[in-house]
Amino acid sequence: MSDKPGDTEELITAIETPVYLKYNFTAGAATTRFLHQVRKGKLTGQRRPECDCGHVYVPARGSCAACGLATTEEVELGNKATVQSFTIVWIPIPNNPIQPPYIVANLVPDGANISFIHLMSECDNDSVHIGQRVEAVWKPEEEWDYAMDNIRYFRPLDEPDVPIEMIGRVPLSGWEGEQ
Amino acid sequence: MQYAAVTGIGQTHYKARRGDVSIAGLVREAAQNALDDAGLGWDDIEAVIIGKAPDMFEGVIMPEVYLADALGCNGKPMLRVHTAGSVGGSTALVAASHVQSGSFRRVLTVTFEKQSESNAMWALSNPQPFSPHLNAGAGGYFAPIMREYMRRSGAPWDTGIKVAVKDRLHGARNPLNHLQMPEITMKEVEESPMLWDPIRFLESCPSSDGACAMVIADEALARAGPRPPVWIRGGAMRSEPTMYAGRDEANPQAGRDCAADVYSQAGISNPRKELDCAEVYVPFSWYEPMWLENLGFAEQGEGWKLTMEGATSLDEGGDIPWNCSGGVLSSNPIGASGMIRFAESARQVRGDAGDHQVDGARMALGHAYGGGAQFYAMWIVSSDQA
Amino acid sequence: MKDVAVVSYAQSDCRRDAGACNEVELVMPVIQEALQAIGLSSAQDVDFTCSGSCDYQQGASFAFVMGVDALGAVPPIKESHVEMDAAWALYESMLKISMGQAESALIYGFGKSSPGELPTVLSQQLDPYYLAPLWVDSVSLAALQARTLIDQGLVTEADMAAVVSRSRSQAKANNPHAQLAGDVSVEELLEEAPWVAPLRKHDCCPISDGASAMVICTLEKAQAWGAPYAVIRGIDHRMESHNIGARDLTRSASTTLAAERAGVGEGPVEVAELYAPFSHQEIILTRALGLDDSTTVNPSGGVLAGNLMMASGLSRVGEVARRIMDGDVRRGVAHATSGPCLQHNLVAVLEAA
Repeated sequence: MSDKPGDTEELITAIETPVYLKYNFTAGAATTRFLHQVRKGKLTGQRRPECDCGHVYVPARGSCAACGLATTEEVELGNKATVQSFTIVWIPIPNNPIQPPYIVANLVPDGANISFIHLMSECDNDSVHIGQRVEAVWKPEEEWDYAMDNIRYFRPLDEPDVPIEMIGRVPLSGWEGEQ
Repeated sequence: MQYAAVTGIGQTHYKARRGDVSIAGLVREAAQNALDDAGLGWDDIEAVIIGKAPDMFEGVIMPEVYLADALGCNGKPMLRVHTAGSVGGSTALVAASHVQSGSFRRVLTVTFEKQSESNAMWALSNPQPFSPHLNAGAGGYFAPIMREYMRRSGAPWDTGIKVAVKDRLHGARNPLNHLQMPEITMKEVEESPMLWDPIRFLESCPSSDGACAMVIADEALARAGPRPPVWIRGGAMRSEPTMYAGRDEANPQAGRDCAADVYSQAGISNPRKELDCAEVYVPFSWYEPMWLENLGFAEQGEGWKLTMEGATSLDEGGDIPWNCSGGVLSSNPIGASGMIRFAESARQVRGDAGDHQVDGARMALGHAYGGGAQFYAMWIVSSDQA
Repeated sequence: MKDVAVVSYAQSDCRRDAGACNEVELVMPVIQEALQAIGLSSAQDVDFTCSGSCDYQQGASFAFVMGVDALGAVPPIKESHVEMDAAWALYESMLKISMGQAESALIYGFGKSSPGELPTVLSQQLDPYYLAPLWVDSVSLAALQARTLIDQGLVTEADMAAVVSRSRSQAKANNPHAQLAGDVSVEELLEEAPWVAPLRKHDCCPISDGASAMVICTLEKAQAWGAPYAVIRGIDHRMESHNIGARDLTRSASTTLAAERAGVGEGPVEVAELYAPFSHQEIILTRALGLDDSTTVNPSGGVLAGNLMMASGLSRVGEVARRIMDGDVRRGVAHATSGPCLQHNLVAVLEAA
């Protein structure tokens, strides 16, 4: 036995101390309004009508971020969207049946000015491009919950591309090429 | 404003896992190295300014409370900065403001991350109901922005590969680095697994343990130190929201404004000409050409040309070498990564950057960014006081 | 540090559960209130913005990133954040003003503690190898401290109850945002059963959701704006050892040191707002600051009436500033704390212009 503890012992390089903390997550008042609509199979945006910018946010988090003021008005959004940008992901998602390579895209729904991230499928990965038109494919109604996962993915539409400068500015009435 | 200068620099070795030290041991190692470098003891320090990225990375809430003893803070002021990935830079600037305000004569600043003690991917991917659970992490978030840059600039597809090779070759000159790849080739990067197209495995930063520290002092104390003072000639921060309509994510205004501010403080009108080198936060390869434009080293759409011409490469004799230390692509202890950029810019103008020294460097930029490329911190340091 | 003027301060109600509000929705109203009180409309109208918050309160990383959505930060602003009480965001802002990089600043702090179990969450603030795995919660550590005081005859349980009784009555009289207010006698309080002995539940601050915000500026700017203001004459903060066993828990050496540096003793202290989350800590702090009966302590009721964790320290400064701006007092002291058993303490001295 060693006189000085620590002389002969192996260096301890790790101890395991799991941390379990339980939280009761609240989405926020604005996001709650958004999720209630998603529960009904509808995408809605929000804006603050008094703001000069008039921008429509989705999913709304409570403010017009540019102005720092509360969004108060609900705005109906389309089921169609435009690809603002995308990535082809080669890493599987845990507990998700979708197999790599799959597309994660920044999508701007018609009537909104902000993109959100979602999956694209039913497409040829190599032909996905910026400005492409897509539409939401929803899960069966009986599976709808207060979650963006109600939309299974977005799939390409046979519509003309949106020019770069118009991405983020397509109205609810949609985009059919030359207006 | 009072003059302030870096008088001591200390770093740890960067590794995937530093199992030989606790979190306290890690920060103390960097701090002790900085004190040794400055020829100082713990009693010479008046205040400690500490920074790191989200607490959930290690699972220690407000860790300055626990680290007070390791950093000799008993009876001293201690401040904890957190501005996401830019925190290493912001922390240095907040530390400098302690001296520049005339309130303190000499302070210690430390940043760290010990990513091996927790799971950063988990900490960043708490499921929330308003977005689908894609578990894409930072790469998944930034890849579409890089793709937009590729579209608008028409940059060759292998620009990112060139950056990945260049920074690893730089990195092989720096013995502190986590990744040591002196033999890396374009082909090897190209053949590494695609993760988030256009980002390949070797075009991404590693996940590292490490800490970085600096001593910042006023004019008189800086002149009395054993090392040549590194004068802080400008410091700037800017923030903008993560998402707002019309936001240019590939060339964020906050970055452009921050650069304009820091250049104006340092009297710089042409950064490519007037700076000798830059340490810029490039965690994914394509961010080099993007930041070359954002920071005014190249015209819009032409950043990739500097990269491809070798202008940013030490090995190719470029006129404006970027990330001679190897950059974030060679070591990435997240909370410290920004401060490493700041500290490495200081080493360059002090002339003691070892094998990655830029000959005769007198003025350098340190840069950090964070969040959704929305938080910026930058400084300009020089061997000349004014 | 340069003298700086507090020109505006706003605080939300302290609520046990702010329900559906997220971080943006918590901070937006108080930021707007603080700005509008002096005719400003967004962070664009000040030179610097700094906030304090803690990710672990609501359990997701980057709480402060969402806060930026409440500022109107387009075009981009000069902004920073401390993972500390916003009193330290005030400190960082004062450095910025002192160095001449800003003439004015917006400071805010916010906390939504209701989603988690706060005392348990705070156990993960301790040394991660030796203490955190034991899950020693913040109330238990405070109880150890109270026991030490009582055993040494420095404080009685009746003294502690008197602190609570006064907090409740002052909150009732002076603080429309209080969560706990009312008339309750020392005798009634002492009849309650111990909770984490020797602490009774009322000895512990409530858990609250909410936010506070403040606008500060140079004295010249305050005069130009023409609004009433209070002057921060001195500010200092000091850390102590994390090793509870190495500290004399019956005193607050760091508070005394910070008070000396901030100049507390250089004039009469008419009012003091102390961040004492537990009743016995108010007694420790009063003694550490050298206050006597001539000082009104915690006229707002203090944090025993409502504790907006990460904003409460800023609120203490705001509460003193408000009383000076209203003309009720001419000089006061504000205090903020962080860490278990008053490990880290900030002291500010405020005076009338």
